[in-house]
Amino acid sequence: MYFLIRRLIRIWRSRRPATQAQAQIQNEAPGPAPTTEEPATDEAATDESQVRPARPAARRVTSPPPETTGKVNGSAALSVSGLTKRFGDRVAFSDVSFEVGYGEVFGFLGPNGAGKTTTVRTLGTLFAPTSGSASVAGIPLSPENGAEIRRRISIMPESPGLYLRLSVAENLEYFADLYDAPDPRDRIDRALQAVRLVDRAQDPCGALSKGLRQRVALARALLSDPVVLFLDEPTAGLDPVAARDVHELIDDLRQHGVTIFLTTHRLEEAERLCDRVAILNRTLRTVGRPEELRERMFAKSLTVRTLAPLPEPGRVFGGLPAVDGWQQDGAQGYAIAVSDTRIAAPAVTRALVEAGADVLSLGESRHSLEDVYLELIDEDEEAKSR
Amino acid sequence: MSLSRRHVRAIVRKELREYRHNGQIVWTMAVIPLVFVLPTIINIFGAAAGSSPADLLLYMLGIPALVPAVVAAYSVVGERQQGTLEPVLTTPMRREEFMLGKALAALVPSLAISYGVYVVVVACVELFARPGVAAELVRWPELLAQLVFTPLLAGWSIWVGIAISTRFGEVRVAQQLGALASFPSVLVTALIAYGVIPASLGLAIGGAVLLLVLNGIGWRVTSAAFQRERLISGTR
Repeated sequence: MYFLIRRLIRIWRSRRPATQAQAQIQNEAPGPAPTTEEPATDEAATDESQVRPARPAARRVTSPPPETTGKVNGSAALSVSGLTKRFGDRVAFSDVSFEVGYGEVFGFLGPNGAGKTTTVRTLGTLFAPTSGSASVAGIPLSPENGAEIRRRISIMPESPGLYLRLSVAENLEYFADLYDAPDPRDRIDRALQAVRLVDRAQDPCGALSKGLRQRVALARALLSDPVVLFLDEPTAGLDPVAARDVHELIDDLRQHGVTIFLTTHRLEEAERLCDRVAILNRTLRTVGRPEELRERMFAKSLTVRTLAPLPEPGRVFGGLPAVDGWQQDGAQGYAIAVSDTRIAAPAVTRALVEAGADVLSLGESRHSLEDVYLELIDEDEEAKSR
Repeated sequence: MSLSRRHVRAIVRKELREYRHNGQIVWTMAVIPLVFVLPTIINIFGAAAGSSPADLLLYMLGIPALVPAVVAAYSVVGERQQGTLEPVLTTPMRREEFMLGKALAALVPSLAISYGVYVVVVACVELFARPGVAAELVRWPELLAQLVFTPLLAGWSIWVGIAISTRFGEVRVAQQLGALASFPSVLVTALIAYGVIPASLGLAIGGAVLLLVLNGIGWRVTSAAFQRERLISGTR
């Protein structure tokens, strides 16, 4: 019974965004359904589709997908293979493999305790891996290469870690020296300009708000002109305006070709900023572009709303090209599982017009990265409870 | 192994800036010398000529033994507690540079305070002590001993303090243990000052060589004990 309820909740959740973010083929006024120029194959309507259940909205992904590579021109800014970190008996993360290309913004998602920060610290040479191998900015991860790797990367930890009694400029001067920055004065000025803090350079860090401290930490991370920039929850605790500033800066860095490894809990942030994302929960659950993950995890579907219930929906939707099945979704709503929306949508539109239906809306269901994330993480929670 | 002077200089400068802004450190550094100055002054000015121990001014060597211990004990655990250690450890800086920078930053003010207080006490003795007392106490061997042993004792206290600081997660615990660990040095200098252990050239040379070796070992051992992973993860 419990699992049945869980299943129903998941199906409901997978549908929920569809009503919130339908593709914009809207026709709010009653009347004929919109037409498309896409040719449709007229096949006799049968009730087969009603017998054949619609494909489940959410597909299970039990093993990490093969597409974990982010290579550009045969080289990778980060290359991780079978990396594992244990603290005694406790596994922080296990058998993690992925690649990140130069200039890519790579999102690293996962619940609390999933091992995201430990992964960053391991790749940043703060922790020694228990097993596996990696290369960071083209250098093999090993104790003897630690200083050389750290020279090419920057890590912005979740907590800004500033010397609160020192001024912004004094904090940055210290780190410019530790990073061996040539012409430190110029580097500091550029970093302050990048985070728009030039006018606060002489203020003690202790007098700054959390958002401003986060910006100082970001400026510090830019001092070394890093090849790979690790950002660990850069917008945690920031208000929307401060978070937007950070997003803009990340966008700007991407345009300058900096490889960014971004761990975050904000899924909309990852979806907006990242070329690819990985979802970690001790082990890597999946890697891919957000849209690929959505396609991989969820069946494509169309959502139709009509003014009045269709008298014989099975006759309308059955046997249409690229339509795999349908389900009633409320009194006047229908969720139609399709294999190709570009073929199915015009066919469904025509079928509705032919059936004389007053169509309120017809749209492609869209699933967010949050749906993908929740699907994978819920699956883990379910597995744990078994 | 090559050390980056720029890294070491940056650490020293940052530490000194922090001391300047931290009233607690300034206050601690100012108060500790009184523990050694007051008994010495009372003994010298309260006693008749010839009744003070001849090497009494060596008691002032307790200052370089105790003052840097408290500061050094704060050096790593303090950074850990305020969350600044992780960003520092992600830079290309080597741990030996970090240790040396921290040690020099504790040494510089300790030397300044120790020598400064000593000069003031000697000046007071020369100017205000009863006739004959100054001549008995202020002698070249004692002045030389003060000059040589001040950095050596301070250095040893610093390495012990930093070693404690890398091992403990609480600032107060580290500082208390740091102060406690400097007591053997303070005790030995007190016993020499009060004539329980007779001062001699051989003792001075032996002590200096021993402290020099201990300082070298202290740097190496403390640097080796400084492990990024343990400091960040808190695992033992």
